[in-house]
Amino acid sequence: MAGLKHFLLRVLTTLLLLAVPVLGVWTFVKAEEWGLWFPPIVSSYGAGIDNLFYVILWMVTVTFVGTELLLVWFVFRYSKRDPTRAVYTHGNHTLELVWTAIPALLMIFVAFSQMEAWSDVKLNFPEEGPYTVEKPLMEVYASQFDWRVRYPDAQGNFQGADVIEVPYDITVPADTKVVFRLKSRDVLHSFFVPVFRLKQDAVPGMEIPVWFEATQPGDYDLICAELCGWGHYKMAGRIHVLPKDEFDTWLAAKRAALYATE
Amino acid sequence: MSTHAPAAPHAARPLGIDPPGTVHTTHEHHELGFVRKYIFSTDHKVIGLQFLFTGLVMLLFGGLMAMAIRWQLAYPWTEMPVLGRLLFPETGGVTTPEGYTMLFTMHGTLMIFFVIIPLLTGTFGNYLIPLMIGAPDMAFPRLNMLGYWFWWPGIACILISFGAEGGGPAAGWTSYPPLSTIEAAAPGSNWGQNWWLLSLTFVGVSSMMGAVNYVTTIVKMRAPGMTFFRLPLSIWGLLIAALLQLFALPVLTAASFMQLFDRVFDAGFFTPTGVVINGTSPETLGNAAGGHPLLWQHLFWFYSHPAVYILVVPAMGFVSDILAVHARKPIFGYKPMAYSMAGIAGLGFIVWGHHMFMSGMNPSVGLVFMTATLMIALPSAVKVFNWLGTLWGARIQLTSAMLFALSFVSMFIIGGLSGIWMASTPVDIYIHDTYIIVAHFHYVVFAGSVMAIFGAIYHWFPKMFGRAMNETLGKIHFVGTFVFLNGVFYMMHQLGLAGLMRRTADPYAYETYAHLQPVNEFISLCAFALLFWQVFFVLNFFGSMVWGKRVGRNPWNAASLEWEAPSPPGHGNFDRQLAVHHGPYEYGVPDAPRDFVPQTQRLPT
Repeated sequence: MAGLKHFLLRVLTTLLLLAVPVLGVWTFVKAEEWGLWFPPIVSSYGAGIDNLFYVILWMVTVTFVGTELLLVWFVFRYSKRDPTRAVYTHGNHTLELVWTAIPALLMIFVAFSQMEAWSDVKLNFPEEGPYTVEKPLMEVYASQFDWRVRYPDAQGNFQGADVIEVPYDITVPADTKVVFRLKSRDVLHSFFVPVFRLKQDAVPGMEIPVWFEATQPGDYDLICAELCGWGHYKMAGRIHVLPKDEFDTWLAAKRAALYATE
Repeated sequence: MSTHAPAAPHAARPLGIDPPGTVHTTHEHHELGFVRKYIFSTDHKVIGLQFLFTGLVMLLFGGLMAMAIRWQLAYPWTEMPVLGRLLFPETGGVTTPEGYTMLFTMHGTLMIFFVIIPLLTGTFGNYLIPLMIGAPDMAFPRLNMLGYWFWWPGIACILISFGAEGGGPAAGWTSYPPLSTIEAAAPGSNWGQNWWLLSLTFVGVSSMMGAVNYVTTIVKMRAPGMTFFRLPLSIWGLLIAALLQLFALPVLTAASFMQLFDRVFDAGFFTPTGVVINGTSPETLGNAAGGHPLLWQHLFWFYSHPAVYILVVPAMGFVSDILAVHARKPIFGYKPMAYSMAGIAGLGFIVWGHHMFMSGMNPSVGLVFMTATLMIALPSAVKVFNWLGTLWGARIQLTSAMLFALSFVSMFIIGGLSGIWMASTPVDIYIHDTYIIVAHFHYVVFAGSVMAIFGAIYHWFPKMFGRAMNETLGKIHFVGTFVFLNGVFYMMHQLGLAGLMRRTADPYAYETYAHLQPVNEFISLCAFALLFWQVFFVLNFFGSMVWGKRVGRNPWNAASLEWEAPSPPGHGNFDRQLAVHHGPYEYGVPDAPRDFVPQTQRLPT
């Protein structure tokens, strides 16, 4: 009886620990089907970021499954009732070196493989094209609890009567490297557009340059990603990506409308 | 054999108390009254238990906050049963947006500063350090008592902050300014935030007193023959955590005072010029400007990143001890295990910037922090492989304590591996502050540290109370907790990949998140079950104190010193002279009469 109870406990423990890698991998395999995976990519650098995620995903999956299965096997194998004593060892120097060196090499590889993509998004701003850090398309202002965008006048000034200010809706051209300045009027906010794979905090007192190139016209969610107060959850915005020529027409119409009412 | 010179039995008493190795064979101390014995006690064991009981009550509070959060995420803006009427009486039990912000702020604060740190270092640091190193008590028993009682003003302040005029603190446990410094920015938190800051300061002072004591005790009070490399890994973990607190806490205390000065005296450390809130500039309201919000983030994370290692390194030590005892096998790679904990702690001081990749900090600096952060994978991998090495060829006893320790290893693998994504700056652009981060730190701190605390309670309960906990109830407790915790936290990874942001009271208004409610509902149901399942622990814990099977000194046949003392140990701990001859993990020793050799006995030659 005691023997049976012990066997059942062994089996139950083994199955519980085995469920971790099995269900762990299974939920990742099914995630896309359940709508629990990345949203589509609508920016020029999005695919690069996702690829880095997948490289690490493979690395992590192999390590995860390998170590968890080893744990499961050891628990099952060595929880058997056995009157003999355990293997008497205090370790193995060579093994320690091996399992320090391999992760070290992998991590150095990971570190170096990330640097280019990071620099592309956050450090290397477009130097040619219609919009640069010195001459951005727009300024995006965050404040409790809304987003506002400002387009400069024809001379590129962000002050004055000809500046266009629009709440909530941020309209940008497709297939163009768009540079903008991100500002906050009050507390911290964060500019997060999931389909662009873009996130940047807005910090009061700072003007942070941000760039992206949208690859698909359409309407996308802009989400505040830094706690900004009680209304944080509803601090939504909308990104409208228009084909390039339509955007130019839209902006011209906006400018014309400034005077139409006078 | 010993490289450590045994202290002369009648040496001077530099620390004002009994020298290491002192034996209390007779009752030289007169009996203390109830108050001095159980309330204002200087006995490290009583103080340890005080931390344990208080910490478990706070765990319940923190857990209830989590349930309220989960209700809102599963069924937004609906009446919350049971808790709702208590938390939100004015809305008839429906969560308010500012109430939700307060809930997750308080959940994080309670769990970190009032549950995990006090349970790991306060409870087990106090209880185990003197017993495991063979000392009669802590180096500074009065300071130790003061450390516990300084925790109470902290608890008082945090409880007051709940009911503060205008609502509780609601700027997140990270309390980023200017949201946290300008009252107009968060109408909910006027005095709440001040009480929160004061509370943290008291808790910090309490931790500091503990840390000074732990380090001094471990360095100065080891029994004859107990060299550093004969210390159990629990002691290594606690020593390293104490050093982390000593070096990092002053920064948090200073930063908290700066924030308090910003709020109360308009010091303007963290408030930039030109801020406009609710249509008014705070400068016109009297707030000084010229500060920088990022300064707080640097100071805060300079403490709080080491702090997250304070939350896990002692747990790694406990798990190592539990594994060795219940696997009847020496720890595989003892020195690498100790060095890797030190490595994790050392690296912990140069990685704080990985919390700030998106903050507006110079992106070039991000690359340096990324590389340093990825290096933490090395000591973490070393630990996992050595735990697996310990289990290889073992004679595993599937006790409740062992099940929790095994689950720690399994869960720490998940929590550790997901960190690689977060360290990688480009990937972090997308996943920063999403639910995959929430999954990551709960796998480390709940599935890791809290499970290790449960394991440690099952393992050391017999020493604490002289009675064993019920094994059947313990296993029932384990199975449910293990299943439901994975139900709660695992799918948060996928929610994060879908882009779901943390701290969002009602995400479903966004097109991106509209379809995520069923998953959140599943997670919430698992969370309710997880809390309910702890009934088995509560019953077992209190029941076993009264009805548990009486045990002798060494119910687990363990080799470390605490099992030499009576269960529970009397005042002064040991009733016989101790001399340590070898490390704490001599299990499965060939040619020994039993399968283990206590540290006080010589190994067969």
